[in-house]
Amino acid sequence: MNVLVCVKRVPAPGSRIVVTDDALDIDTTHLGFTMSPHEECAVEEAVRQIEAHGGSSVVLTLGPEAAVEQLQHALAIGIDRAILLETDATGWDAIATADAIVEALRTEAANSTPFHLLLFGNEAADSGDYQVAVRVAHALGMPCVSGVKSLEVGDGTLVARRDVRGGAEVFTAPLPAVVAVKEGINLPRFPSVPGRLKARKKEIERRPQAAPTPRVETIRLRVPPEQRSEAEILGRGPDAAPAVVDLLEQLGIVER
Amino acid sequence: MILVLIEHDTGVVESTSLQALTFARGLGEPLRGVAFGDGGARALEAAGAYGIEAGTHIRAQESHAPGAWAHAIADLAASTSSPAVVAAGTDRGHEILAHVGARASAPFVANCIAAERDGDAWNLARQRWGGSLLEDARVRGPLTLLTVALHAVAADAVPDAAAVAVDEIEPPFSEDDQRVRKTAFEATSTGAVSLGDARLVVGGGRGVGGAEGFVDLDALATTLGGTVGVSRAVTSAGWRPHAEQIGQTGERIAPDLYIACGISGASQHMVGCRGAKKLLVINTDADAPILARADYAVVGDLHQVVPAITTEVARRRTDDPPER
Ligand SMILES: Cc1cc2nc3c(=O)[nH]c(=O)nc-3n(C[C@H](O)[C@H](O)[C@H](O)COP(=O)(O)OP(=O)(O)OC[C@H]3O[C@@H](n4cnc5c(N)ncnc54)[C@H](O)[C@@H]3O)c2cc1C
Ligand SMILES: Nc1ncnc2c1ncn2[C@@H]1O[C@H](COP(=O)(O)O)[C@@H](O)[C@H]1O
Repeated sequence: MNVLVCVKRVPAPGSRIVVTDDALDIDTTHLGFTMSPHEECAVEEAVRQIEAHGGSSVVLTLGPEAAVEQLQHALAIGIDRAILLETDATGWDAIATADAIVEALRTEAANSTPFHLLLFGNEAADSGDYQVAVRVAHALGMPCVSGVKSLEVGDGTLVARRDVRGGAEVFTAPLPAVVAVKEGINLPRFPSVPGRLKARKKEIERRPQAAPTPRVETIRLRVPPEQRSEAEILGRGPDAAPAVVDLLEQLGIVER
Repeated sequence: MILVLIEHDTGVVESTSLQALTFARGLGEPLRGVAFGDGGARALEAAGAYGIEAGTHIRAQESHAPGAWAHAIADLAASTSSPAVVAAGTDRGHEILAHVGARASAPFVANCIAAERDGDAWNLARQRWGGSLLEDARVRGPLTLLTVALHAVAADAVPDAAAVAVDEIEPPFSEDDQRVRKTAFEATSTGAVSLGDARLVVGGGRGVGGAEGFVDLDALATTLGGTVGVSRAVTSAGWRPHAEQIGQTGERIAPDLYIACGISGASQHMVGCRGAKKLLVINTDADAPILARADYAVVGDLHQVVPAITTEVARRRTDDPPER
């Protein structure tokens, strides 16, 4: 079985997001970068499926040269190959992103690596567009299941579960298929030291991209007005307990 | 007409869809509701109070996956030349509109909080990063798909609702539509209050220090009849299951009180607890960012403060039992 997993490099903001002066981006001067938690789980799932069924795995990202960091993380966890759809351009909306991924997958298929399972995050951490996986599936004529929290791959089919109010929905679909997963489907492992060393030696396959023509144009980013409050300090250490319980009574949480 | 997807539970319209309807009324076009499955016609009639003039009930089977529903919506949008389809920003709303967008080659903008028609374009405001960042965007084209961020607008009925003209269609679902099949619903039968519905949440973060450290939080939650929730630092370390995670990639909570212990206040955590009416923080660091959002705080080690609170509640209950 061949498994593809798509990830996106995003900043990891702390307690407050700051935007750049032109208001078109997050100010990343003091930030590290990561991939979305959903995608970390997609990478882990790809490795587990290959461990269980044999075959090979590929990680793909569309992004700047610096996104090699996220590809190497995936390689360190056990993904076999990495493809960078390299672009420094901004303005990649979900449609343009999906088109570029589809184009790359058509090239892979022509080079005799058709994929049986295509794993995505349910939504990217930054844009939260909820659609790249679905668009890729439609373009390739594959079925798609989103929001997946458990995945079993069998003989030419898959069984996927996702959480809904009061329980879980179970879906079946034939392979090849696209699956968009959510954090919680598994607990990703941390890359081992030998894994990291091996990853650094692997070649990243680079495919330069032309600048996109987005359908959804970002005009500006802004930080929503914060609900700041001056916290009332109820006390220090365990001596604060009576004041806390007074509060719980006042809020009606503890009966008086 | 603008199409609005109405999600319902056997005829009872979801509150999230009522919010989406209220939002869609501001777009300056008459609305047609679209509902699927059993009870759909009843849901559409009820949605009249929120401003739809017409409704289409699409008969669908239990086994149909949302992708099949999207096929019917894309066809309806084309046959009615709708400029927009609106849905609530639920998992299902996002999923269906993504499929409609893929079928119709139309842009889909998720989690909008405002929308305004401007000639053949839409000026939109939407949430990114789970709501900790906003984006003003512009999109152009004959068909635009929008989901409405949850709780961005309060559901509001119209004063002078007219009866809804409901038609019913049974679309010819294709073989491709049936490739993904819903084969079962597995009910969870724990009976426990889910995190999203809990009135009181006791939250634990990295400051709890390990899986064993949660005994103190579990005891307080039990004493107060609340539910334990955690930060991603806790689930990533494997101390607690992901089902308990609060935040951008976890649950959204809306309790009367959230007691956050040993949590620093990362934006991705805070978007999950914005719905809490009051926030009490217990943290050793008086400068932790979460204090800037807190209503009340205790500065101290949670392993001393939390058991002291549990003991104090128990003491008052024994010394001074409430009258029944
Ligand atoms: C895309 C993305 C999505 C994310 N989604 C989520 C999400 O859904 N939910 C989420 O929670 N996080 C999420 N995160 C992670 C988030 O950025 C933070 O890393 C995480 O919330 C930090 O958890 P924490 O506050 O428990 O740990 P820390 O930031 O390490 O804070 C620990 C706190 O405990 C205090 N403390 C230490 N010891 C004690 C003690 N004995 N008593 C009292 N206080 C003590 C410290 O002063 C500190 O304030 C996401 C990150 C990214 C990049
Ligand atoms: N630039 C990108 N490169 C690779 N994969 C991406 C990119 N953007 C989005 N994806 C994938 O599509 C998923 C959904 O993204 P979105 O539809 O933008 O919310 C993400 O979780 C990724 O798996």
